[in-house]
Amino acid sequence: MRVPVRVFGSEKLVREMDDQVFVQAANVARLPGIVDASLCMPDAHWGYGFPIGGVAAIDPRHGVISPGGIGFDINCGMRLVRTDLLWSEVEPHRRELVDRLAARVPAGVGSRGFLRLSESEFAELLTLGARWAVREGFGSAEDLACTEAGGCFPGADVACVSERALERGRAQIGTLGSGNHYLEVQVLHPDGIFDAELARAFGLEHPEQVVVMFHCGSRGFGHQVATDYLQVFLRAMPKKFRLEIIDRELACAPFDSEEGRSYYAAMCAAANVSFANRQVIQHRICEVFGKSPAELGIRNVYDVSHNTAKLERHRVGGRERELLVHRKGATRAFPPGHPELPAAYRETGQPVILGGSLETGSYVLAGVASAAASFFSTAHGSGRTMSRRRARRLVHGRELQDRLAARGILVRAATLAGLAEEAGLAYKDVDEVAQATEEAGISRRVAHLVPVCNVKG
Amino acid sequence: MSAARSFEWTEAVTSDLAFVARGSSVEEVFAAAADALLAATLDESAALEARVEHALRLEEPDLELLLLAFLNELVFLRDARGWLLRAGELRIETAPGAARLEGSAVGEAIDPARHRLAAEVKAATAHGLRVVRCGDGWEAHVTLDV
Repeated sequence: MRVPVRVFGSEKLVREMDDQVFVQAANVARLPGIVDASLCMPDAHWGYGFPIGGVAAIDPRHGVISPGGIGFDINCGMRLVRTDLLWSEVEPHRRELVDRLAARVPAGVGSRGFLRLSESEFAELLTLGARWAVREGFGSAEDLACTEAGGCFPGADVACVSERALERGRAQIGTLGSGNHYLEVQVLHPDGIFDAELARAFGLEHPEQVVVMFHCGSRGFGHQVATDYLQVFLRAMPKKFRLEIIDRELACAPFDSEEGRSYYAAMCAAANVSFANRQVIQHRICEVFGKSPAELGIRNVYDVSHNTAKLERHRVGGRERELLVHRKGATRAFPPGHPELPAAYRETGQPVILGGSLETGSYVLAGVASAAASFFSTAHGSGRTMSRRRARRLVHGRELQDRLAARGILVRAATLAGLAEEAGLAYKDVDEVAQATEEAGISRRVAHLVPVCNVKG
Repeated sequence: MSAARSFEWTEAVTSDLAFVARGSSVEEVFAAAADALLAATLDESAALEARVEHALRLEEPDLELLLLAFLNELVFLRDARGWLLRAGELRIETAPGAARLEGSAVGEAIDPARHRLAAEVKAATAHGLRVVRCGDGWEAHVTLDV
């Protein structure tokens, strides 16, 4: 190991983590160029290559970039949209609302979006990200300001992307995907405001206020970019770069190599596809509510990625350095005063969206100065505790749907078996994860949101 | 002992789907792995008919990477062409530093009215990927990212 492993979490969460989390984090600690420590967030669990919830900051001059430190779903992330609506106004229409959301935002295998893009339009989209979507009328400049990196990673290069990736992803803009991707109407928990001032600054003002949270990524485009470059890196590692393959999913290449730079440019393109996807989905959600965003106070609170590698400046050992921060199932959480934050959040710190299970609710957190110890990274969700197959054995999808309906949570799922895999018992306690991020000093709790309608991919 | 073409899910990686595929030959274990991928994607996958056929020709440095390329080709064809596929006739050859597959995949275009669709697999991953001889047959260990 070149650096130690550092795990953030409560004693209970750390004790309950799979042993493989520590094996995988130790493998990450062997990557060339890794700085300070291989990190695990409180929601960490067994993934492929990196653990999910893994963070590695790597010196780009001497170190590597690893697709396994980003994941196949490049820029998988969360967006939280606030409204002025109260649940008492929406509840009488909730069945219609969830059905219309499910119809407007396709989910599941083979789903295609409403946009029919030419090759040149798609090439522009992957260069501009959410800026493309806003230019085409799917949102506002205010939405971009409240999106990580303004909704556009600047290093994208279509020349570094395969024809297969372009073909695979072109028809999927505006779709949710499957697995743990979802779109949820939530309300602010009556006792769930931890910091009223921060909550107000994030547009979360009233108990029972309606918000919409969704979780999705770069769809087939990003999956294909990762697949393509995993193959490229595995071929080049032993012969060209003479790099040891620790785990094939930790395939990597020197960042400062043709292969490394090329993957980075393709990864940025995939990140932009994801930003555009979430921007277009927000537009479709607005249409469902039937009035203009201004009339209903609909606004993007924040859009943040949890699967990327980004060049950022951090202080290590008393001096500022540019580092390539890999976050796989970990959220960037910049503190108050960070120059990359939009004016609205310069004093509050960055909003962080912590997606929980459809049974337990989610959290809004904020970045804090003490998170320098995690390269300003925090948890991204509650983190699974059991395999999908085990969850399927223990939970019946239809029964779960009925049970949730009885609790007032309406679910429209692309598949009932897939719904069972996402049952609350398959995840860690989200309250515990949110609290642990605060106690570990990597973010602070702002508000707790509970689900009322869920569209599951 | 020779294993018939089959697969079983294992409870490995918490976020994903892992399986062991078995077959009496390399071709059969590849076909069994494709069956597992299809079963992850489609409930009642045995009922899938052979209405489309797609020729395959792949080459990789070893059998494991060839299996990865084969499964990811099927994932690509699902998204890009809208096809749900299983293995057709496969011929696999190995030589030092190379493994080649020629053959076809067969299946149907996705039809939500007829197909009970399940998970959208993002990719077959290289995590824990193994293709090994096991008695008279072959075994493959694969993790799918869903």
